[in-house]
Amino acid sequence: MATLSENSRKFLVELCKKYRNDEHELINVLHEAQDELGYLPVEVQHVIAGELNIPDARVYGVVTFYSFFTMVPKGKFDISICMGTACYVKGSELILDEFKRRLKVKVGGTTEDGIFTLSTLRCVGACSLAPVVSIGSKVFGNVTPLQVKKIIDEYVEKAEELH
Amino acid sequence: MENTIIKFAMGTCGIASGTQDILNLFDKELSRLNYPAQLVKTGCMGHCYAEPTISITLPGREPVYFGNVNEERARDIIDHFLLKGDKTEGIIPPEGDFSKKQFKIALKNCGEIDPENIQEYIDREGYKALMKCVTMKPEKVISEMKASGLRGRGGGGYPTGLKWENTRKSKSDVKYVVCNADEGDPGAFMDRSVLEGDPHSVIEAMIICGYSIGANKGLVYIRAEYPLAISRLKTALHQAREQGFLGENILNSRFSFDIEIRYGAGAFVCGEETALIHSMEGMRGEPTFKPPYPSVKGYMGKPTCVNNVETLANIPAIIRNGSEWFASIGTATSKGTKVFALAGKIKRTGLIEVPMGTTLREIIFEIGGGIKGIKKFKAVQTGGPSGGCLSEKYLDTPIDYEHLLEAGSMMGSGGMIVLDEDDCMVSMAKFYLEFSIDESCGKCAPCRIGNKRLYEMLERITDGKANMSDLQKIKDLSVVIKDTSLCGLGQTSPNPVLSTLNQFHDEYVAHIDEHFCHAHQCKELIHYVIVADKCTGCTVCFRNCPVEAIYGDKGEVHTILDNQCIKCGICFSKCKFNAIIIN
Repeated sequence: MATLSENSRKFLVELCKKYRNDEHELINVLHEAQDELGYLPVEVQHVIAGELNIPDARVYGVVTFYSFFTMVPKGKFDISICMGTACYVKGSELILDEFKRRLKVKVGGTTEDGIFTLSTLRCVGACSLAPVVSIGSKVFGNVTPLQVKKIIDEYVEKAEELH
Repeated sequence: MENTIIKFAMGTCGIASGTQDILNLFDKELSRLNYPAQLVKTGCMGHCYAEPTISITLPGREPVYFGNVNEERARDIIDHFLLKGDKTEGIIPPEGDFSKKQFKIALKNCGEIDPENIQEYIDREGYKALMKCVTMKPEKVISEMKASGLRGRGGGGYPTGLKWENTRKSKSDVKYVVCNADEGDPGAFMDRSVLEGDPHSVIEAMIICGYSIGANKGLVYIRAEYPLAISRLKTALHQAREQGFLGENILNSRFSFDIEIRYGAGAFVCGEETALIHSMEGMRGEPTFKPPYPSVKGYMGKPTCVNNVETLANIPAIIRNGSEWFASIGTATSKGTKVFALAGKIKRTGLIEVPMGTTLREIIFEIGGGIKGIKKFKAVQTGGPSGGCLSEKYLDTPIDYEHLLEAGSMMGSGGMIVLDEDDCMVSMAKFYLEFSIDESCGKCAPCRIGNKRLYEMLERITDGKANMSDLQKIKDLSVVIKDTSLCGLGQTSPNPVLSTLNQFHDEYVAHIDEHFCHAHQCKELIHYVIVADKCTGCTVCFRNCPVEAIYGDKGEVHTILDNQCIKCGICFSKCKFNAIIIN
């Protein structure tokens, strides 16, 4: 088991204290921990379990139950394909297939270069723009399979600029 | 002189369409021109098909709505409508089909007020219902609620007044009011729009509920995926506290009440009330057997009243206008209005609110403007993953809880997806079932394992590997899953399968017998072929094929390699000579 940095451990201890070390606040604690640390590996779960005085298994059970929590780090850009019904009937599956094929990852996977994580979500409420792809806070509407390459290229460029 | 008021629809959908840029443009241009105007950010106006949407109220005049306001149109509006008083392009007529048949109670303030300014809510009779309630006996408030006939808008349709009464009768020192804002149906977004556009109506209703049942604490359980709704709700709670609507001794009534927010973490099953309560307690959101009902033993083992957002948004209006007024709207068994999120293959997608008893035909063809393009209407899906698809023969069904159930679907939370000839009903059933499998908590076997097996049977059909006896097996298994699952998710998950099988039986048979998908959606059953007579060898298909499954020299007839083709359909849509056909 990899060890957690002292800073991260301190942060978690303080975080749990903020919630009165109350086991019923577990989900709120996990939300804030993930916001800060990016993901929730077992080491993080272990510290939280200790602070809230509950078994590790309970924390693990909750982390794996909810799709919002992740145990693996995400890429720089999270590409989310909307699989809500409105997007589905307008062909979002073809868009997803094209992203999978070009990025060579499955849903939930991160590309080897760490740039993209591919995920699906249910309805961003922009149904009139269906099918919709969202990356960060940006929403792409009326996406066609042909545009997929363009979108990927745009963000590869952005990632290079960030370097 | 009064200022012109310009409102910008800034719900999630509006922002995604670029309304902020339009607002900035107005702000800059109008201050440059020294034009006296008040710019207001509101919630969703419902015209999702025409975002960005804005409304302009000239002093002493009725508001005028403008749709599809891009930069060019915005400049046009400023130059002609505002400065010269001329009509411009893009006006959405108030008496048009989209608005005519609608009747707004829950959405009354959405898109009209600034959700981050409590004064605007108060100016529109906000918190008047609460002021009225605290002068009434709690029992009297509950009897008003019962008389109104309001039923839960989250899908189940349980009478709200009765729920309140049951919770009031439970003896306990501590009780809770919970607002269920864990809207998870794919294609339904009314709860989010209400919280983004009119959070105070929900807060006011929760306080009234607390007063009636004897609770001092309220909790809003909201999806973490709704950041804008969360931030507006937080602002609203803060302002309500400042104004003394929340806190100790509210309006000198000796009644105290406060509200906290709890976050969901992406689990559809948490919309079920027992699962929601477990999730709020920091556990896995797994449902438990009822009874005991939450009204007896809920959050932290205490009596809890769980109401959905849209249900709550109706309550201040019911108290203000009286139960008779509300009961006069709607049908014999379903009173009031229902909000629907209209989407799919329809001209005007949007968020609409109609009186119960409105027919599907009125909603789809009058309000929604009918099918987009030249295709024919095929079905409408209501009730999300728990509902079903209704074919043409149900178009004149008046919408209420009972009629939709009779037709083999259900009200659900109000997603309404319109399908045309290009949609394969077997694939639709598969789509919803996949959703239910994804979201099943795994606690009970019928839902966890049964749905998976059911899905595999449907997959065999769309792959062309099924036989006719599978249809009976599908029916039998569906019935078992419905009868034996623990909670609402499992009990309703086979509905999309059963309703499509019932109404589109021929389509299932065509998949099995002829290996044919009318809608050309089932990839395993379609093959793209180039017709030699029509192909000019222009190479467009060749250049656009993402997997190099097409070959042929310039000027020569091209060929598609079926074993390499991924059936993406790009060549089909790109060919100008109709030389590519689907076999």
